[in-house]
Amino acid sequence: MIPLSHVLMLSGILFSLAVAGIFINRKNVLLLLMCIELMLLAVNFNFIAFARQLGDLGGQVFVFFILTVAAAESAIGLAILVVLFRQRHSINVEELDAMRG
Amino acid sequence: MIVNLLFYVFAAVLVVAAIGVITARNPVHCALFLVVAFLNSAVIWLLLEAEFLAITLVVVYVGAVMVLWLFVLMMMDIDVAKLRQGFTRYAPFGALVALVVSAEIGLVVWVRRLGLPEGTAPGPLPAGHSNTQALGELLYSQYLYPFEVAAVILLVAIVAAITLTMRRRPGQKVQDVARQVAVRAADRVRVVKMDAEGRQ
Repeated sequence: MIPLSHVLMLSGILFSLAVAGIFINRKNVLLLLMCIELMLLAVNFNFIAFARQLGDLGGQVFVFFILTVAAAESAIGLAILVVLFRQRHSINVEELDAMRG
Repeated sequence: MIVNLLFYVFAAVLVVAAIGVITARNPVHCALFLVVAFLNSAVIWLLLEAEFLAITLVVVYVGAVMVLWLFVLMMMDIDVAKLRQGFTRYAPFGALVALVVSAEIGLVVWVRRLGLPEGTAPGPLPAGHSNTQALGELLYSQYLYPFEVAAVILLVAIVAAITLTMRRRPGQKVQDVARQVAVRAADRVRVVKMDAEGRQ
């Protein structure tokens, strides 16, 4: 069967690629959201690998909840993005300076 | 073993798809690479004996969430070239961050070994085992309250997404439900008392 450490390493690589994606595509809000989806996927890999290794199904239940919350998050995120694009005709992060933060 | 071989093949495709997500030029291609990544993850979850979650990932993510993404992507007219300014400038830094993070995780996994004895991958579950049934029994007993909370979160997401994106154009003919409900008979009908006219 698949060793635990290989799954953990795969999820680590996936997570670090997502972090790199946030650094590379720092102007595009859409791609930032996509990288967050990738991060959540990597975290789910950890939960599932440990659920199998420890024989505890609670990890899979947790993945179920993460999927729910991630779906809600992307729905609301995309709604905000649509409103943003309607008002500014751009999704460039650098132009979002109305609050001067 | 065939399961291990399949795992490495799908893991390789998954990593390539993830690289595609963060480097593709066109956002639509990024979304399609993300679909590939989700599909490969679903197969790996099947190999890890999480059958219900694998199907959920395909149905919910590939079938619903990514379609939503593609709708939004195609609705917007994005100036890709402007958004890609600075890509080559930040690419080495991004690669460095990726290397450092994976080296750290690798250090934890391979050197510390997480306190687990060497080579103790659990064997396959018995043939009659149903992952869906086991998950359902857990979800509707021990995790019933979080399950209800998750349902409420989805409801909040529905309401929030609709209220955020609903737009009132001037001149649009819609009913004002509140005014309809609040109306009283006295506002609409005026009862006029008058004497009947005499017979001619």
